Amino acid sequence: MSLLSAAVRRRGPGALAWHLGALVVLAVVLYPVVWTIGASFKPSSEIIGALDLFPADPIGDNYTRLTEGIADIPISTFFLNSAYIAVGSVIGVVLSCSLTAYAFAKVRFAGRNAMFAVMIGTLLLPYHVLIIPQYVLFQKLELINTFTPLLIGKYLATDAFFVFLMVQFMRGLPKELDEAARLDGCGHLRTYWSIVMPLCRPALVTSAIFTFINAWNDFMGPLLYLNEPDKYTVSMGLKMFIDQDAVADYGGMIAMSLVALLPVLAFFVAFQRYLIDGMATSGLKG
Amino acid sequence: MTHIHTSPGVLAPGDDRSVAKRNGPGGNAPPAAERPDRRENLAGYLFMSPWIAGFLFLIAGPMVFSLYLSFTEYNLFEAPRWIGLQNFTDMFADPRWRQSVKVTSWYVLIGTPVKLAAALAVAMLLAQKRWGQSFYRAAFYAPSLIGASVSAAIVWRALFSDDALVDRTQKVFGVEAGGWIGDPAMIIYALIALTVWQFGAPMVIFLAGLKQVPRELYEAAEVDGAGPWRRFFHITLPMISPVLFFNVLLETIHSFQIFGSAYIVSNGSCGPADATLVYTCYLYEQGFVNSRMGFASAMGWLLLVAVGLVTAVLFWSQKRWVHYEEGGR
Repeated sequence: MSLLSAAVRRRGPGALAWHLGALVVLAVVLYPVVWTIGASFKPSSEIIGALDLFPADPIGDNYTRLTEGIADIPISTFFLNSAYIAVGSVIGVVLSCSLTAYAFAKVRFAGRNAMFAVMIGTLLLPYHVLIIPQYVLFQKLELINTFTPLLIGKYLATDAFFVFLMVQFMRGLPKELDEAARLDGCGHLRTYWSIVMPLCRPALVTSAIFTFINAWNDFMGPLLYLNEPDKYTVSMGLKMFIDQDAVADYGGMIAMSLVALLPVLAFFVAFQRYLIDGMATSGLKG
Repeated sequence: MTHIHTSPGVLAPGDDRSVAKRNGPGGNAPPAAERPDRRENLAGYLFMSPWIAGFLFLIAGPMVFSLYLSFTEYNLFEAPRWIGLQNFTDMFADPRWRQSVKVTSWYVLIGTPVKLAAALAVAMLLAQKRWGQSFYRAAFYAPSLIGASVSAAIVWRALFSDDALVDRTQKVFGVEAGGWIGDPAMIIYALIALTVWQFGAPMVIFLAGLKQVPRELYEAAEVDGAGPWRRFFHITLPMISPVLFFNVLLETIHSFQIFGSAYIVSNGSCGPADATLVYTCYLYEQGFVNSRMGFASAMGWLLLVAVGLVTAVLFWSQKRWVHYEEGGR
C-alpha cells in the first residue's frame, strides 16, 4: 500500500511541500470550473474581459433566461431526450456486455479465443471508419432522426471496453462459486443471473456510470443522426444556443453549460470511487 | 429475484470445466486442454449472440461497405460510381487534407506526451500517502469526465478568447496576444490545453501501477546511494512500463479521433484558417456537408491504417522498453 511513503518520509519533500504542490494542481484543474460558476452569475457584458472570479454583484438573470428555452423549445425537452438516451444506453450496455463477458469468462466454446481477440481488436478500431457506412445503413432503414442509431449498438455489446472490463472482473471471481452452482445443477443462465451478476456489481456499476456519462456528453452521434430540434439532446441544444446567441448572450450560454453538466457532476460525486477504481483496474491487467 | 430456468441441456455435468475457467480467454493453455462440447458451444453462442449480431451488422459489415465506398463517388442519393483509386489520389493532392493531417499529427505529438507527463507527475505526487489524498485524486479526475462535453468546449472558448482570462494574464507578463481562439497559430494550443487538462484518467492508471512497485527496490537503491532521478529512471519507469504502454496506446488512439472539442472550440468552422481542421473535422465536412461519402470513406480507411500502423509500431517497440516482470501481467 504505502510503498513509497517510507522512503519519501525520510528523504522526499515534507508534508507542507506536498500539500502546496497538491493545492497548486488543484487550483489549475478546478479553475475553469470555478470560473464557470462565477461567470454564470455575471451579466453577459462582464464575462469576457473581467478578471474577477466571482461577480461583485451576483445576478440570477442568466438562469431565469434559461426558463425561456432555446428557439422556442423548453430546456426540459433536451434534458428528457438526453435522459432517455442515457438511461436506455445504460440498460443496453449492462445487459448485452455482461452476457458477452460471461461467455468469454465462464463458457468453454469453440472459437472463444479467436472471438476474444477480435473483440479486443474492435477496442482499437477508430469509430470514424464506421460513421459513413453506419449512416448509410440507418438512412436506408429510415431511422435518421430517431434515437435508434444512438441506442442499437449499446444493446449489441459493441462497447468493447465494457466487455473487457467485465471479463477482467469475472475472471477474478473465485471459481469455487460457479463450480458449486454447477454441482447444484445450475445451468449457465442461472449461474450468470444468480451468481455472477450479483458478484459483478462493481464492474456493472462502473460500466453503467461511464455509459451514462458518455451518452450524456456525446456530441457526434446526435450531430449526425438528429435533425429536428425537438429530438435534440442537451449537447445539441447547447450547440444551437451558440449558433443563435454566441455574442449576445454569453451569460445564458455559460449558465446552460453548467446546468448541462449537473447530471454528470452528480453522478461523479456519488460514484467517484467506483469510476476511479474501475479505470485503474482496466490498465493493470492486460 | 426471479429465478431463470435454463434448458436442462445447457449444462453437461461431469466435463472438465475447471480447466476452462483457469485458462480464461487469452490464457496460455495448450490447445489440447480445450475440449469444447456441443452444449457448451450452444451456450457460448447464445450468450454471445448480441455481440455477434453487433459485430456483423455494426462493425464488420460496415467496414466492408466503407472499403467498397472508398473506391466510389457516392452522394447518398445516386448509386455509387466506381472511380478506382481516385479518392486517394485526390486526397494527397488536396491541400486541406494535408492540413488536416498536419493539425492532427501536431495535436497527437504534442498533446499526448504532455498529458501523460502531467498524469505521471501528479500520480507520483499522489502515490505518497498523505491526508486528503483521495480527495485530490477525485478532484483531478473530474475534468476527464466533463472534458469531452460541449460545455467544457464552450468554457474553453470563453477562457481563451480575445481579452479574456488567458489573454489578460499574458498581458500582465508583457506578452501581447489577442486571444488564442482567433489566432491560427495559437488555437491548436488551446485545444491541446483542453486535452492536457483531462489528465485524470491516465493519472489513476499510473497511480494503480505505482502502487504495485515493491518498496524494497527503492530502499535497496537508496542504500546503494541512488538519487531521486536514478531511482525514477532505473526503478519507477521500468516497473510501471506496462502501465505506461497501456496509457500511451490508449491516449494516442484517442487523440487521433478528436472531434467534438475541435468543432465547438472553433465554433463549427474548424478554423480560423483551418487551424483546427483535425482529421475527423474534415471527414465530417466532406461526408456530411459536401455529401462526398466515397471520399470520406477513403479518409476513414486511411485513418484506420494510420492508427493501425501506430499501434503496430507501439506493440513492436514494446520488446525494447516494456518490462513484464513478476506480477507485471
